[in-house]
Amino acid sequence: MIKHTILTALITLGLAAPAAMAAEGGEIPDTAFSFEGPFGTYDQMQLQRGLQVFTEVCASCHGLQYVAYRTLADEGGPHLPEDQVKAYAALHETPNTANDDGELGEFRTATPNDHFGQSNFPGAPDLSLMAKSRAGFHGPAGTGINQLLYGMGGPEYIVAILTGYTGETKEEAGAIFYENTAFPGGWIAMSPPIADDIVEYADGHSADLHHVSADVAAFLMWTAEPHLNARKQGGFTAFMVLLLLSVLLYLTNKTLWAKAKRKA
Amino acid sequence: MSGIPHDHYEPKSGFAKWLDSRLPIGGLIYNTLMIPTPKNLNWMWIWGIVLAFCLALQIVTGIVLAMHYIPHVDMAFASVEHIMRDVRGGHFLRYLHANGASLFFIAVYLHIFRGLFYGSYKAPREITWIIGMLIYLAMMATGFLGYVLPWGQMSFWGATVITGFFGAIPGVGETMQAWLLGGPAVDQPTLNRFFSLHYLLPFVIAGLVIVHIWAFHTTGNNNPTGVEVRRGSKDEAKKDTLPFWPYFVIKDLFALVVILAIFAAVIWTTPNYLGHPDNYIEANALSTPTHIVPEWYYLPFYAILRAFTADVWAVQFASLITGGIVTAKFFGVVAMFGAIFVMALVPWLDTSRVRSGRYRPAFRWWFYLLILDFVVLTWCGSQPAEGVVPMISLIGSTYWFGYFIVILPLLGVFEKPLTPPATIEDDFDAHYPPKPAE
Repeated sequence: MIKHTILTALITLGLAAPAAMAAEGGEIPDTAFSFEGPFGTYDQMQLQRGLQVFTEVCASCHGLQYVAYRTLADEGGPHLPEDQVKAYAALHETPNTANDDGELGEFRTATPNDHFGQSNFPGAPDLSLMAKSRAGFHGPAGTGINQLLYGMGGPEYIVAILTGYTGETKEEAGAIFYENTAFPGGWIAMSPPIADDIVEYADGHSADLHHVSADVAAFLMWTAEPHLNARKQGGFTAFMVLLLLSVLLYLTNKTLWAKAKRKA
Repeated sequence: MSGIPHDHYEPKSGFAKWLDSRLPIGGLIYNTLMIPTPKNLNWMWIWGIVLAFCLALQIVTGIVLAMHYIPHVDMAFASVEHIMRDVRGGHFLRYLHANGASLFFIAVYLHIFRGLFYGSYKAPREITWIIGMLIYLAMMATGFLGYVLPWGQMSFWGATVITGFFGAIPGVGETMQAWLLGGPAVDQPTLNRFFSLHYLLPFVIAGLVIVHIWAFHTTGNNNPTGVEVRRGSKDEAKKDTLPFWPYFVIKDLFALVVILAIFAAVIWTTPNYLGHPDNYIEANALSTPTHIVPEWYYLPFYAILRAFTADVWAVQFASLITGGIVTAKFFGVVAMFGAIFVMALVPWLDTSRVRSGRYRPAFRWWFYLLILDFVVLTWCGSQPAEGVVPMISLIGSTYWFGYFIVILPLLGVFEKPLTPPATIEDDFDAHYPPKPAE
């Protein structure tokens, strides 16, 4: 019996001790999101608001190079009507490729099949995968239990960065750095991008710093994991089917062995 | 195929006889499926099926992923994102493949520790054990090669660090490292050859698995008592065994499905839990991550590698007597591979005449300590090498070697084992007593 307990503990700890790091030193408070937990899904309206924040604020510097405009119409995403997606794409330009008319590398109006552009300058990282390439608290003591219970913490990290400015600045080698409680090292090169009411939501939703930050973090989680809703649905179905199958196999096995075990 | 007396295949129909005289495949399948299996096997004997399933899962998902993946430094990362976003069911395939590797390693570790506890490595099963160790090594190599392919930051820097181990070999090291990488650093030639080898090695593993199964089908399975199946006659053997089909096929399938349900729950709820956030950042040769950490399944051996720093006396001694040829880095590399090598030698290091840990009162505690050691080393490997971590790693590494090189040989001499049951039938009957009427 002890041996089984120990082996079970081994699995648990094996699972509970993944490669640990990220968010070194930074403070990542928890933010509640609709897509958390086994049955959480994206809030379509929040994703649309997040898209608005991205478009009006983040897009001036940051890119989303892996995301195609057409996916804005996808179910389980912002789910915009197709004419709006077309209109949205048409507001942007994209470089000509070998398949297009005109000079290679010159710009043309974007269509839904094109991707959001790359970042406008090298210092601004691409945001397509930001919500999965950062993580929250992975402890206690590097065991990863927190992430198992509360999620990986990428979107929380984004909110923490956007709301973590203290107002202090310093100048180093001709560049200005802003003190941020969430950023590893404490000083970030990005000036505070979000302020209260920096955008005006059509649906009248509150546009204070925290709401705007959470909305854009949710949107960036969608850009990082566009099929989250489908994955949860499929994963849950697979789990239930396997569970049912295991019950049937348990009973089959019991009946099969009954005679050998003198239980029949 | 089996050494245990049992019924043999008799082709009945005209076609079966025609086929059997040309290609005895019917007999091969029959003998493999109907192999007499000790009827007292417990739930720790299910991992073999789980492992076979994992290999098949990885090959099938891997082949489809390879249809969409591009092994080019400028396109690899984007092609993985293409799989995650645009390929129908691609995100499921990739999560199955990535988490499938973790399931594969969880199962192999449990399978190995089961063998270590019940003495499955002892004569006459040494070849099975050695082949198993080769499979494990090939799995480690395949897992490492595969982790490089998404071309994220951990892919790139993991590859840089791991191939750097070979650079630590005195004399030929740097030449060897350049040969492995196809150049002075991790780059396009590295990615291309890693993709090629990542596709090749699973089939090598499949071949080794066939030999592994062939070997233990020749010796027969070990079992929780460590007592051999009686082979005097077919009737005698039948008292100790049941045929693999249907008894163990159904039992193993039940266990497999339970484990797959847990596996499905991981992909459903937290598919990136065992991965590393940094690998969602494209590889960048100019930016080194703060901590380079391998996948969780290498962590115990990574901890052993890092445990032997230049201030450990054994390292200083080795350096002194070799005139500085053995550096701390090389010592660490030797220790890491040595940790697996001593495990492969265990059939000859364990001197006890009793096979199963169930009847070895002292051994048992040393064994539990070894499992604890493995867990602690896993944790050490995941932590930055600072504070108490190096000291714990060193103690843990010492115990790992001590268990195999010192404790096991001595236990056989000093330990007074209990008497195992005379037959497997006795053990089985003790659990499931015959009805008085019989």
